[in-house]
Amino acid sequence: MKKEKTEIEENPYSELTIDSIDYQTLLTRKYTEKKPYKPKNPCMLMAFIPGTMTDVFVVKGQEVKEGETLAILEAMKMLNEIKAPFDTKVKEVYVAAGDRVIKNHVVIELEEI
Amino acid sequence: MGIKQKTSDLQRRMRDALMGGGEQAIEKQKSIGKLTARERIIALLDPKSFHEYDLFVEHAAKDFDMDKKYLPGDGVITGTGTLSGHPVCIYAQDFTVAGGSLGWMHAKKITKIMDHAMKLKVPIIGINDSGGARIQEGVNSLAGYGEIFYRNTQSSGVIPQISVILGPCAGGAVYSPALTDFVFVVENISKMFITGPEVIKTVLGEEITMEELGGARVHSEITGNAHFFAISEEQCFDQIKDLVSYIPWNNMKKAERFPKKAPKTREYKIENILPTDPRKPYDVRHVIKSIADNSDFLEVQELFAANIVIGFGRINGDTVGFVANQPLVLAGVLDVDSSDKAARFIRYCDAFNIPLVTLVDLPGYLPGIDQEHAGVIRHGAKVLYAYSEATVPKITVIMRKAYGGGYIAMCSNHLRADFVFAWPTAEIAVMGPEGAANIIFRKEIMTAENPDEMRKQKVEEYKTKFANPYVAAAYGYVDAVIEPAETRRMLMHSLEISKDKIVEVPMKKHGIPPF
Repeated sequence: MKKEKTEIEENPYSELTIDSIDYQTLLTRKYTEKKPYKPKNPCMLMAFIPGTMTDVFVVKGQEVKEGETLAILEAMKMLNEIKAPFDTKVKEVYVAAGDRVIKNHVVIELEEI
Repeated sequence: MGIKQKTSDLQRRMRDALMGGGEQAIEKQKSIGKLTARERIIALLDPKSFHEYDLFVEHAAKDFDMDKKYLPGDGVITGTGTLSGHPVCIYAQDFTVAGGSLGWMHAKKITKIMDHAMKLKVPIIGINDSGGARIQEGVNSLAGYGEIFYRNTQSSGVIPQISVILGPCAGGAVYSPALTDFVFVVENISKMFITGPEVIKTVLGEEITMEELGGARVHSEITGNAHFFAISEEQCFDQIKDLVSYIPWNNMKKAERFPKKAPKTREYKIENILPTDPRKPYDVRHVIKSIADNSDFLEVQELFAANIVIGFGRINGDTVGFVANQPLVLAGVLDVDSSDKAARFIRYCDAFNIPLVTLVDLPGYLPGIDQEHAGVIRHGAKVLYAYSEATVPKITVIMRKAYGGGYIAMCSNHLRADFVFAWPTAEIAVMGPEGAANIIFRKEIMTAENPDEMRKQKVEEYKTKFANPYVAAAYGYVDAVIEPAETRRMLMHSLEISKDKIVEVPMKKHGIPPF
């Protein structure tokens, strides 16, 4: 009760638009801290989990086939295969075998087709 | 040995067992603001009502030199007692004994008292304070957890299950509280997580403190795993006592009836709470307090998804569950979290014969990619499911906005509300006037000489025609349009006459709710 009253006096309201109507309201921590949406780039192969690159099988400029294993990422006691999503060429390799990578680290970049 | 000697032998054995982990361990426990397990039970239950069982249970582990270790009571205290004069079963893990770790006999003590609670049809209260599985006992410790989880599930909806987290509760152990009805946490004391900060650091390289990862505030505000947040163990026990005054002792009973008391209308004047501009916020808890007996309202999950308010109050002396959109926060929208929060509470009330009073004022669902991707469809569906499924008396009051899907979801006539009342300020329509005018009069607006002027005109037109309670009332979707000041009187009457309500439900094992 005490808290609510002081909040109202300080007028901390933000605007929130729903169905073209602007509402005066408080926002939650979860709402204000949410991350903006970023569309995925299929050419950027990223570590989906933090771990160690145990093997990298390709080099810059190499042609690869869809489904081909390009590298091995060891994480959670599993040897995870990073595969080519389509037929293309390797544009850049950003890791070497033995590298530790954090989540969403770009491992290999592919040429757009 | 004569009886005297035998008695003194018993007393010696009890003294040893009651010392738990010994003076040093007890001192350590107290130095961080924690009571010991036995002190906690005594502080919570009625004075002198606690009776302990299985004090002499010992662990049966043999590997890793465990056979040479004596663990008093095997690290958990179990027994029965009373709360406000009513019987309860209770257990409390004793962190001073082997870190309250859960071994097979420890688990057996817990499951034994849980079985008692089910037989006697009384609430079970579990006080969690444990480092986790007793690794030396291997798979037997996992078996212990599994036996507890199974019983939690079987007891769900039959007897109230209350979890109190007064220490660490990590790994598999967290699933017992998660399966129970209400979880109580205390700031700086409660810690709940599946994988702790150390594992996260070694595996992910991310650093975080225990409090930030799974402290009381996190679970109260972010995850929604906790239902009641306290800043001390004492306050936590008061919250539990308050809660049990509102709920029935099992699913065959009704909550205890209290003497009827008028709301504090001088403090909470129902006619003055709602701003006339529908875009302006207000605190819906004031409306609840203007209706409830003595203006008493016990809010559940106060900090989590605050855009919907849930909790217990009394009308005419009987417990009701309030579900209310909160225009003060996120304009009172339904979203993933608020849907989860409301749906679970509705199912709780339905399971325990508590009538539902729904107060409606929402603009609809929260728009956003994050919401859609988080599955607002299946989460939102839970509210529809829970209200449709509930057979307790359901009374709805539409105070202001009830647009689109939100109108249907908030216990509308169509989901079988027994009575739907609307205030004259209600706006029941397929969508908000602005949005509706933009669609219906798109051509007129686009071809007009002054589109903005035309839009304004059409919005006004739509508002006067449809943004009111009378269109819905004309179809009988609203049972009565009432003055706000009449709300409590209408609720008292409608709850009274719905008391012996019977709904026939189709034969089924169980439904498939959109969990």
